[in-house]
Amino acid sequence: MKYIDEFQDPELARRLLDDIHSTVTRPWALMEVCGGQTHTIIRHGIDQLLPEKVELIHGPGCPVCVTPLEVIDKALEIASRPGVIFCSFGDMLRVPGTGRDLFQVRGAGGDVRVVYSPLDALRIAQRNPDREVVFFGIGFETTAPPNAMTVYQARRLGIRNFSLLVSHVRVPPAIEAIMRSPSCRVQGFLAAGHVCSVMGVEEYPELAERFRVPIVVTGFEPLDILEGVRRTVTQLERGEHTVDNAYPRAVRPEGNTAARAMLEDVFEVTDRAWRGIGVIPDSGWRLSAKYRDHDAEHRFSVDGIQTREPAECRSGEVLQGLLKPHECEAFGTLCTPRTPLGATMVSSEGACAAYYLYRRLDLTPAAREATPVV
Amino acid sequence: MCLAVPGRVLDIEERDGTRMANVDFGGVVKEVCLEYLPDLQVGEYAIVHVGFALQRLDEESAKQTLELFATLGMLQEEFGDPWDLAAEAAGTLPPEGEGARR
Repeated sequence: MKYIDEFQDPELARRLLDDIHSTVTRPWALMEVCGGQTHTIIRHGIDQLLPEKVELIHGPGCPVCVTPLEVIDKALEIASRPGVIFCSFGDMLRVPGTGRDLFQVRGAGGDVRVVYSPLDALRIAQRNPDREVVFFGIGFETTAPPNAMTVYQARRLGIRNFSLLVSHVRVPPAIEAIMRSPSCRVQGFLAAGHVCSVMGVEEYPELAERFRVPIVVTGFEPLDILEGVRRTVTQLERGEHTVDNAYPRAVRPEGNTAARAMLEDVFEVTDRAWRGIGVIPDSGWRLSAKYRDHDAEHRFSVDGIQTREPAECRSGEVLQGLLKPHECEAFGTLCTPRTPLGATMVSSEGACAAYYLYRRLDLTPAAREATPVV
Repeated sequence: MCLAVPGRVLDIEERDGTRMANVDFGGVVKEVCLEYLPDLQVGEYAIVHVGFALQRLDEESAKQTLELFATLGMLQEEFGDPWDLAAEAAGTLPPEGEGARR
């Protein structure tokens, strides 16, 4: 337990770990859905503190990572056009498209701007009525409500030069797709806490029942993860499969009803492709007909883009929990944060980035040279 | 991006017909939309994601989380200059020009 002193409350961490160690009698595979949870787990060595019988599988819960290459390429194409101000969150800047990224588009003269909030992009549109302002709207249920509100405000205020390039995704259909996969090993889920802060927990009991899998709503701080694991393995050992909220300080059962109402008004559910995984039915949102004027895909003709995935990148398998980042041959050699092949190495929530930043790994000498020891 | 940070409401005002607040995140103050938590009051804490308050949080939990984030350098990641961070990762200089350093 070499890392335990780094926990915010080492005594509580030790009690939780002791409880987990004494509870587990058989091997269990749990998936943490949220990429923020993955980073906490690797940063604090939580997977190494747990009993060997408990395996944590990294889920697809990094919004940047699951955004398809085609959408990234559409963003790059729009951002390169004269007269366009392309706004994005900072963690999209270095996500590789086919041959370039937003950082390079900016360097080549494109007007790419980083905003803290989508409302900042709307303000840029208000101040630049002769320009087309496009905001890159990606993310899960946590990020979709702010983007929905921004489109609602654009319509309310009559700001016509603002549009959203939408690639929003939803967690429950992804859980279903993972459970339906023939190669699925997941026996319990640590559900993403902040997704549930918005959506509540109502979508999960049906999934838990149908797939007989415990789903424990979990925060993303080290002690939250330990508590989530403790509750999940306790259920598994007892043969139970219910939905449990281990993050009540931030998650009400009904979520945020105002945000959910706005989502329903501005978006409609649609099939969506997930990078490396493929199309998952009903797993995304697009703007509803009422707001189509603010849909960048309607406003700009960006169909027919030819994408090219790097053959060496196995991030799709990483996103499905089939491969650990360091098991990829390109990891730490061909693929580093400076020369990323895929989004999982770039994103602040990507599993490959987490392994690169925080994990001492048994790599080839060349890879070890390239990997910082933290 | 998916990081949500607790913050304390400093003041509230209506702008363009929208309820907005200045929120303090352990020393960094940002403008935050309160439309999804319309009854949030000055002095209260909430979890904020990309400029939107999404759920109320008790003061003790909020302070503990902020302390943890500060220790881990996560507040710097969230509120630091994204062009500088990207340039550092790319091993190059940030691009110049209006708006690049917003």
